[in-house]
Amino acid sequence: MRLAGKGLIDRGQPVTFTFDGSTYQGFRGDTLASALLANDVRLVGRSFKYHRPRGILTAGSEEPNAMVEILEGNQQTPNVRATVQEVFDGLAARSQNRFPSLKFDLLGINDRLSPFLSAGFYYKTFMWPRPFWEKLYEPLIRRAAGLGSLSRQHDEAQYEKAWAFCDVLVIGSGPAGLMAALTAARAGADVILAEEEARMGGRLVSDNLRVDGQPGVDWVEGTLAELRALPNVRLMTRTTVTGAYDDGTFGALERVGLHCGPAPHLPRECFWRIVAGQSVLAAGALERPLAFPDNDRPGIMLASAVRSYLHRYGVVPGHRIALIANNDAARATARDLMAAGVKVAAILDTRPDASVVEDCPVYVNAQITGTAGRLGLTSITFRHAGGSATLEVDTLAMSGGWNPTLHLTCHMNGRPLWREDIAAFVPAPDAVPRLTPAGACNGTFSTAGAFREGQDAARRALAALGRSAPDLALPQAEDAPYALAAYWETPGVEGRQWLDFANDVTTKDVKLSAQENFRSVEHMKRYTTQGMAPDQGKNSNVGALAVLADATGRGIPQTGTTTFRPPYVPTSIAAMGAGGRGAGFAPQRFLTSDQASRDRGAPMIEAGLWYRPSYFPKPGETTWLEACNRETRMLRDSVGVADVSTLGKIDIQGRDAARFLDLVYTNTFSTLPVGRVRYGLMLREDGHVLDDGTSARLGEHHFLMTTTTAAAGLVMRHLDFVHQAFCAGWDVRFTSVTESWAQFAVAGPKARDLLATLLGEMPDLPFMGVADVTLGKVRARLFRISFSGEHGYEIAIPTRFGEALFRDLVARAEILGGGPYGMEALNVLRIEKGFITHAEIHGRTTAFDIGMERMVSAKKDCIGKAAAARPGMTGPERDQLVGLKATSPMGAGAHLFTPGDRVHRETDQGYVTSVCYSPTLDAHLALAFLRNGRARHGETIRVVDHLRKIDILAEVTDPVFHDKEGVKLRA
Amino acid sequence: MRLTCPLCGARDRREFTYYGAEDYLNRPAPDAPPQAWDDYLHNRDNPAGVTRDLWYHDMGCSSWLLVTRNTVTHEILAVEAVADRKGGAA
Amino acid sequence: MRYSGLRVITEGLFGNKGWKPAWRDPAPKAEYDAIIIGGGGHGLSTAYYLAKNHGMTNIAVLEKGYLGSGNIGRNTTIVRANYFLPGNSEFYSHSMKLWEGLELDLNYNVMHSQRGLINLFHSDGQRDAFVRRGNSMINQGDDAILLDREGVREMLPYLDFEQTRFPIYGGLYHPRGGTARHDAVAWGYARGADRRGVDLIQNCEVTGIDIEGGRVTGVQTTRGAIKAKKVGMVVAGRSSQVAAMAGMRLPIESHILQAFVTEGLKPVIDHVVSFGMGHFYISQSDKGGLVFGGDLDFYASYASRGNLPMVEHVMEAGMTLMPMIGRAKVLRSWGGIMDMSPDGSPIIDKTHIDGLFVDCGWNYGGFKAVPASGFCMAHLMATGESHPVAARFTLNRFATGHILDEEGTGSQHNLH
Ligand SMILES: Cc1cc2nc3c(=O)[nH]c(=O)nc-3n(C[C@H](O)[C@H](O)[C@H](O)COP(=O)(O)OP(=O)(O)OC[C@H]3O[C@@H](n4cnc5c(N)ncnc54)[C@H](O)[C@@H]3O)c2cc1C
Ligand SMILES: [Zn+2]
Repeated sequence: MRLAGKGLIDRGQPVTFTFDGSTYQGFRGDTLASALLANDVRLVGRSFKYHRPRGILTAGSEEPNAMVEILEGNQQTPNVRATVQEVFDGLAARSQNRFPSLKFDLLGINDRLSPFLSAGFYYKTFMWPRPFWEKLYEPLIRRAAGLGSLSRQHDEAQYEKAWAFCDVLVIGSGPAGLMAALTAARAGADVILAEEEARMGGRLVSDNLRVDGQPGVDWVEGTLAELRALPNVRLMTRTTVTGAYDDGTFGALERVGLHCGPAPHLPRECFWRIVAGQSVLAAGALERPLAFPDNDRPGIMLASAVRSYLHRYGVVPGHRIALIANNDAARATARDLMAAGVKVAAILDTRPDASVVEDCPVYVNAQITGTAGRLGLTSITFRHAGGSATLEVDTLAMSGGWNPTLHLTCHMNGRPLWREDIAAFVPAPDAVPRLTPAGACNGTFSTAGAFREGQDAARRALAALGRSAPDLALPQAEDAPYALAAYWETPGVEGRQWLDFANDVTTKDVKLSAQENFRSVEHMKRYTTQGMAPDQGKNSNVGALAVLADATGRGIPQTGTTTFRPPYVPTSIAAMGAGGRGAGFAPQRFLTSDQASRDRGAPMIEAGLWYRPSYFPKPGETTWLEACNRETRMLRDSVGVADVSTLGKIDIQGRDAARFLDLVYTNTFSTLPVGRVRYGLMLREDGHVLDDGTSARLGEHHFLMTTTTAAAGLVMRHLDFVHQAFCAGWDVRFTSVTESWAQFAVAGPKARDLLATLLGEMPDLPFMGVADVTLGKVRARLFRISFSGEHGYEIAIPTRFGEALFRDLVARAEILGGGPYGMEALNVLRIEKGFITHAEIHGRTTAFDIGMERMVSAKKDCIGKAAAARPGMTGPERDQLVGLKATSPMGAGAHLFTPGDRVHRETDQGYVTSVCYSPTLDAHLALAFLRNGRARHGETIRVVDHLRKIDILAEVTDPVFHDKEGVKLRA
Repeated sequence: MRLTCPLCGARDRREFTYYGAEDYLNRPAPDAPPQAWDDYLHNRDNPAGVTRDLWYHDMGCSSWLLVTRNTVTHEILAVEAVADRKGGAA
Repeated sequence: MRYSGLRVITEGLFGNKGWKPAWRDPAPKAEYDAIIIGGGGHGLSTAYYLAKNHGMTNIAVLEKGYLGSGNIGRNTTIVRANYFLPGNSEFYSHSMKLWEGLELDLNYNVMHSQRGLINLFHSDGQRDAFVRRGNSMINQGDDAILLDREGVREMLPYLDFEQTRFPIYGGLYHPRGGTARHDAVAWGYARGADRRGVDLIQNCEVTGIDIEGGRVTGVQTTRGAIKAKKVGMVVAGRSSQVAAMAGMRLPIESHILQAFVTEGLKPVIDHVVSFGMGHFYISQSDKGGLVFGGDLDFYASYASRGNLPMVEHVMEAGMTLMPMIGRAKVLRSWGGIMDMSPDGSPIIDKTHIDGLFVDCGWNYGGFKAVPASGFCMAHLMATGESHPVAARFTLNRFATGHILDEEGTGSQHNLH
């Protein structure tokens, strides 16, 4: 019911929304919860396990009951707290975890079966017969469990991530937070004030409080006006700090567009990384429910929530209201309601010695023994100092005291401390470095105390930052002591008393877990699922702990506490993963020839982060294989052009460059003449092959190293390490020039002819030679190297000319009967020549395995040499690189067996790494690793690929199938 | 987590690549006994407390850094460039 | 007390007053025949199989916190037998067989759910590597099926097949792969061991290992000295500290691995899906939470909590692969301390000290290993000989170069 003239909603802006298909009115500034209550809707959800009817318990993000699905076209967002979602025109919400309807839910039967569904019952049954678990029990359990549903549609909405930096981060904008922010701001510090709610002010805007003689709301507005005017202050509303991480880093979730309805220009949410020099936690406190039989009915709410609805939204949740509390502060709920003209049926105070002076009946030593009302509260039954009674009420406000919102102080393993006087945990000092808790989150519950601690916390932060604090008078405010007597459950009654509403954990479950010796608080939590629901136990952990302590005869501090982990509020995967959608997940690297290749219809495939052409289809070709065969033959017969720019290129200079290469390569480079290129093998320090490639000596002290595409970054890091760690004094420098040069392979019998037409004069390059050339006015480099086994060159040119050169080379090649070739042909060509790639040097192979043992120079040390000498790294029991030749296709990943052996792991002789059909040899070829393979050339081996259903015989050969002597290369 | 690179200043952890314990700096002589190589490559003190380990500033200046930090609290106590370290090699 | 559906009903009818403690809380005795340090999955299963298979019941498990307080209760619960190197292959295969009989063996529902695991691949090269793996699995007698893109689409229609950064080429499907309820595994073994007479001693931290003349004689603990001629160190992320008590330096570095769970949702993900390119794996728990994880935080740590870079990376991976999970909200993140070995494979071996045994180096993958690890460690501790399926998990394989490196990333502890 909405009260006239009350609340901070914008009555000038009515909005229309739907819940479960019915249309309602609310106002801008309403949450879905306040708007539903204003419309007298109390039944909002169903509980997790027993499917109990549930309403609205709180007025904040800790809400355990009122979770709904928000619908947008074919998209929907599950488990949205009605207490957080603001209403807007067209908002459509739907209740969840019920079938067929909220009022009539078939699984409500679970409530009847509850004796058999006690804590952990599922560990004790459903074991037999074994296949029934996956086929029957588990699907049934899964269907019954869960809360809301995902749409199964891709989430196409916009989300963002951002960074922010500040001197002082203030978390929470109640009296403590505002005071801290004001103090730090006036000192000139960069301040971020983050507030979870849409409106700043904390309890000052939810309670009827006075500050400096004026309404708290006015003081808040005045303070905000000053803060807004300061350039060093950033106010962030709708921003929940979700986690505290190392070195002053915080995660925070901002609800950017969620309160606006469809707003294509706004992201739904933004996930912030806030880096703060100092921080003040002023996150307030959360009121605790009380446990009593059937304390979960719609209409039973937290006392502070009732006040929030009254003062902030001008809403009262019912017509006849009672209050039960174990403290003085909660009485404000009754008084405020009465002041607003609402009937308060009674105040029940659990304390025997509490005051009875109020404008309504007060019962002391009161204990609720039962409640009634299937879909919403209709009455409560209780005993009290003078007997027992039943009251017809539709709303019950309850308060079990307050728990400081200390969650963030646990995120770095801080263990909160128990304070008996307030029966609550408070943050341990310095639980998060450079963070100071202040106000209610520190266990200081008066408004005046909050102002004071907020200011002190800011002073402490400023001192640490080396700034002096301004003189700032503390506002006058309420400073009443917090009078509370711990009360955890109604003793000596049957019936279930809920602790964790969201997960349906009752005091009985906690006692059962103690009975079964799950006595450690963590065991209890895990056994009963207490505290593992969407509110992470915010409403129930302390109560459950108290019940466990009692059941095990220990005090609360001895029982310990479970910890809170990030995020403070459930945070969408989409927000924290913003930017990762689609191609955003990893950078895309494009060749300079990319467009030219696409123009020719080449399918581009991923090679690490790069995209490379797979093949260049010609009209009439229907399969990749046709194109690949043609390109392979083309290269062997005339000339082919391929972009090889993805290979890593590292420019190495310095007087000790040659010496350095001797250290990182297994073979010697110091003897390489200027103008020549050498193939090099690099090991990891653990003796396995790291990478291979060629290095060219461009000058006495100048080399250009080529790495494989995959290992480019790894090798760079490796070189830097070896240099800085082992020979920092050597004069040698490395620069990655991978992206500075475009490089093209030109290979085939007509390669020289092609280049001659391009260069005019063809330098007389020996095999493995390098020379500077000019193309027009552009300096380029020409290498005579080949990965195809043909007479071949690679020409490198500054990147900006790459596309032009590629198109030019291809045009010239086509005149000579050649053309471009792609990755498929490249792979065939290299297999025919027995050249290895990372399919072979996969991190487990040694130089010995690939037949390059002799490349490990005996004359010098090199990285990896000592470890490669371990006994297990060589020898006949290892798999060695061989070629396989067959008349039908083989599959990479097939395993090898001696014909006649049974096919089993124990008889396994090796595996195939690369396969191709060779048009050159008209045979199916493979590279493989075979146990003691070099001694087995000529043998027949069985190739078994279960997955591809291939089981054939192949001949073991040398890995070089084509032109073993290298006649063509050197031609 | 943030590291203060001596060259680049305070940076988020995601700019750096972790390698391993300081042990990787103490490369044995080529002819050292196998035990020395085993220790160098594999065996670690792995303390719960203060340790020194190696980080590469690959999104920054390419320095290898020797970081003194606490593995229990994640507190960073010191950062120095490997190349500049006292008693550094060659 | 035997558990059964009937029992649940009869106890329920009488107010659930009759349930007995799942295990005793004995005071430590002065001496045992054998002591197992560490009441995690591996320690508890070692105790269980020592009692069950080898009749050793005068033994104790010493746990510094509560039973199952370590990684056993923090993992993403994936159970699979899809290794390809000899040594690993037979071990995890053996473990899978033990899993398949575990509920009936333990009389405890550990909810082992063989819902199928799909490892996605995103290039021809990755496919070939998975084919090699799948063929190894079949050669070992386990199951593997190669799915092409359409095959994957049929099973996992919700993946982003059109826009994802690394297109889905196909997947290796391991039908017997799945999940289990992690705590239940610890509790099931604990209860099973207790029922066979094993003393499970909680809040008992081992602070020293007593060695005389090269032989182990017992341990020092926060609850006093306890003698034993055989001691097994089974403490996962804490292995280096406990081994240091015996003067040993292990080839282990401790790292943190984070994991995440969302709020409960109605069933959407029916399998375990693993996305190698993004290092992301996910399944949905029976309660409805999406349980997922990614890579290590990558720096050595004992903090059992992580930082944002990996959190965000994991979420981004999820968003590129299956953007339908975008609106699921992460409820909780946490971290465990992982005992990372230099080749990513574990160690189950004797030490140079007589009577002192070590079981560690479980990296990411020790949950699925819990049954076989306990089985083999018990065999080793009882007989002094390695069980054949764990014979390659030696401590000196790094010194000799008999490496078991499934990832191929070399002797850098955090890369496995
Ligand atoms: C986030 C995460 C996800 C994972 N996901 C998977 C997965 O999907 N699949 C998979 O197979 N594996 C997974 N793992 C790995 C797996 O959980 C571990 O490898 C395995 O649990 C480790 O063995 P454990 O159970 O014995 O260890 P723990 O449970 O850690 O047991 C070690 C015990 O030793 C105790 N201890 C330590 N020191 C002492 C001392 N001095 N005295 C007495 N007791 C001591 C500890 O308190 C602890 O209880 C994951 C791990 C993590 C952290
Ligand atoms: Zn730097």
